Amino acid sequence: MFEQLDALLLARIQFAFTVSFHFIFPAFSIGLASYLAMLEGLWLKTGKPIYLDLFKYWLKIFAIAFAMGVVSGIVMSYQFGTNWSVFSDIAGPVIGPLMAYEVLTAFFLEAGFLGVMLFGMNKVGKKLHFAATLMVAVGTFISAFWILSVNSWMQTPVGYEIGASGQYLPGESWWDIVFNPSFPYRLVHTVIAAYLTTAFVVGGVGAWHLLKDRTNLHARKMFSMAMWMAAIVAPIQIFAGDMHGLNTLEHQPQKVMAMEGHFESHPDGAPLILFGIPNSEEKRVDYAIEIPKASSLILKHDLNAPLAGLDTIPDDEEPPVGIVFWSFRIMVGIGFAMLAIGAWSLFARFRKKLYEWPMLHRAALVMAPSGFVAVIAGWITTEVGRQPYVIYNLLRTADAASPLDAPAVAASLLAFVVVYFAVFGAGVWYILHLMHKPPHAGEYGVKRGDTGPIRTAGITPGPSQNPGDPDTLPRDHEEATDGR
Amino acid sequence: MDVNVDLTTIWAFIIAFAVFAYVVMDGFDLGIGILFPTFVVGPERDRAMNSIAPVWDGNETWLVLGGGGLFAAFPLAYAVILPATYPLIIAMLLGLVFRGVAFEYRWRDPGHRRYWDAAFTGGSLVAAMAQGMTLGALLQGIEVVDRSYAGSWFDWLTPYTLLTGLGTVAGYALLGATWLVWKLDGESQHHARKLAKRAAWATLVLMGGVSLYNVFLNAEYAERWLTAPEIYFAAPVPILTAVIAVMLLRALSVDRHSKPFWLSLALFFFGMAGLGVTMWPYVVPPGLTIWDAAAPERSQIFMLVGVAITMPLIIAYTAWAYWVFRGKVADEGYH
Repeated sequence: MFEQLDALLLARIQFAFTVSFHFIFPAFSIGLASYLAMLEGLWLKTGKPIYLDLFKYWLKIFAIAFAMGVVSGIVMSYQFGTNWSVFSDIAGPVIGPLMAYEVLTAFFLEAGFLGVMLFGMNKVGKKLHFAATLMVAVGTFISAFWILSVNSWMQTPVGYEIGASGQYLPGESWWDIVFNPSFPYRLVHTVIAAYLTTAFVVGGVGAWHLLKDRTNLHARKMFSMAMWMAAIVAPIQIFAGDMHGLNTLEHQPQKVMAMEGHFESHPDGAPLILFGIPNSEEKRVDYAIEIPKASSLILKHDLNAPLAGLDTIPDDEEPPVGIVFWSFRIMVGIGFAMLAIGAWSLFARFRKKLYEWPMLHRAALVMAPSGFVAVIAGWITTEVGRQPYVIYNLLRTADAASPLDAPAVAASLLAFVVVYFAVFGAGVWYILHLMHKPPHAGEYGVKRGDTGPIRTAGITPGPSQNPGDPDTLPRDHEEATDGR
Repeated sequence: MDVNVDLTTIWAFIIAFAVFAYVVMDGFDLGIGILFPTFVVGPERDRAMNSIAPVWDGNETWLVLGGGGLFAAFPLAYAVILPATYPLIIAMLLGLVFRGVAFEYRWRDPGHRRYWDAAFTGGSLVAAMAQGMTLGALLQGIEVVDRSYAGSWFDWLTPYTLLTGLGTVAGYALLGATWLVWKLDGESQHHARKLAKRAAWATLVLMGGVSLYNVFLNAEYAERWLTAPEIYFAAPVPILTAVIAVMLLRALSVDRHSKPFWLSLALFFFGMAGLGVTMWPYVVPPGLTIWDAAAPERSQIFMLVGVAITMPLIIAYTAWAYWVFRGKVADEGYH
């Protein structure tokens, strides 16, 4: 299957495959952890059982998504060494500590409180349980903070010195390294993306159940919450993305040239190419549909501002234009579709038809997975756009790989592909199965058969139990009595 | 590059602590996975898994700290060991994928529960074996030229590494079985105790085998263990290990609670201390000392501040999480 490929290309495919698969889960769990914290907080504040029901409904889904994120994340933490050992040796002194901080301040926090969040509701009391949920939510954010700092340093490396053995060593200030020039923009853009992704999943599930039964109060509540999120956050994200783009123009101009499809320089106003087919061999965009001077307006806020093109960049410094051009358009297109849904929901609210407008619900359902597509497309844009470098302008990807033979990498890649599709395919199936069940009053939490750690002393076991299916178990004490 | 001798030593101990914490904490999780097929389908299996469901994720995080910490504090060692043991590491990671998702999936899909139970066992077994063999590959030596692994990609496969792999599987099974002696009662506890005895014997025999092999593996190791004055520092380790072993076997005949587990932990502690004596001061025998592979002082200090602040907190809330789920796991009377 991979005979024609060399070890380097295989290692790149393996990293792209494993990191893309991995990021799907945090993109969801960062947002979902915050949503769960919000639901539980609202429940504690208002005492309305609907929030607890929704909390338990989404907690079951979170448990599966989080487990998939954890196991695919451990793969990432070792893959720097297994497949990119030269990179690890050279950049380890700078980025290793940031990743160690991620483990110390985020992974332990998430993992330490996850058990209590999933199984401890009846053991520690409401407030402590809420604290555990908050810790998990905060942990997901701290994790994003550090790993995006690492990624951003690789995009915009500053604050380093070069050591005798060719290693990059930390300079005087860790602050400069952590808060490198592209980091604040990337952090904001990525975290908002995770929130939007989650909002559209929640909204899609709400819409699905509204299409089946528009009187379902739980579906209404989650749909309404998700649509508020879409309406408020989608415009913020477009603004944040624009700021991130301007930052990229400043620090990584050839990435923006590839995103825009600007093979040529435009001394007096560059056009915005809406669509077209980049032709890297002829160095032009075929069948381009463009708006004259609009690119200069967006990037320089001046219709006639000159913009340099890829003709100013040596050929061996150029990223692959086609991939970056298309992935960028997919991301932006989805961003504007999200904006449209948010606006539509506001209009529907204004007309008091939020729960009685099947077209809106169908549109929201179609958009449910769109966040994942946008997030992956965005990462492809930024990661492919910095090629041929792994550390921008310092270390080429081609010089960073481990001394491994192609058959070894081919075998591991094949194993990852087979295992990931099988295992995570099953996980996604289970999540869809849970989403398919309508949310209802007296929702169950995460159950573990009839002997789960949830059952505590003092709680009367239910009468008839079917240990086979956790969701057919009778309610426990708290669910049966609380708030009713 | 400024390498600080004392800080590097501190970091070597921090990494060793992380590895030890991982080995004993995820060790009992993996051990339960390895022993899982011997448990009766139904409540016995459910209880065995539920005894670790709330804590396995935290336990596994120590592996990320071990790997991430090695990357940060000894980047060269990280960059050499992982390519040298490439197939083992990949096998371990994939094993951990199956093991980790089985915790969730087996409850979500009763129709396929036995497949996820098999994934739980298979994943645990592969991960344990791969970890033990990686340790063996490290101890038997890794060829390094120009800051890079210079061997071929099957150097790690030798009789010695198979022995260390089996030793690790047996040791994890011991930890898992003694954990279950602590957390279960009745018939299940009896079953766990029987398993623990067998695992204890297997662990002791394999530990002895690995120790003997170590002495013959390389002249420097032999010197460390068999000649004066080193022998005076080294000798207490095997002597204490033997004492612990006897106490463990006796405890397994009478005790119904946590004592066998703590003694198994102690056995692992002295086993690791022995490995420390064998390897010191190399992080990648035979060529790279901890000072050769160390990150610069600025990286070490920056991280040490983080460890000093977060580690007490991590230990505190981890202990709290264990405390919340304390006591026997049973159908009723979960105190």
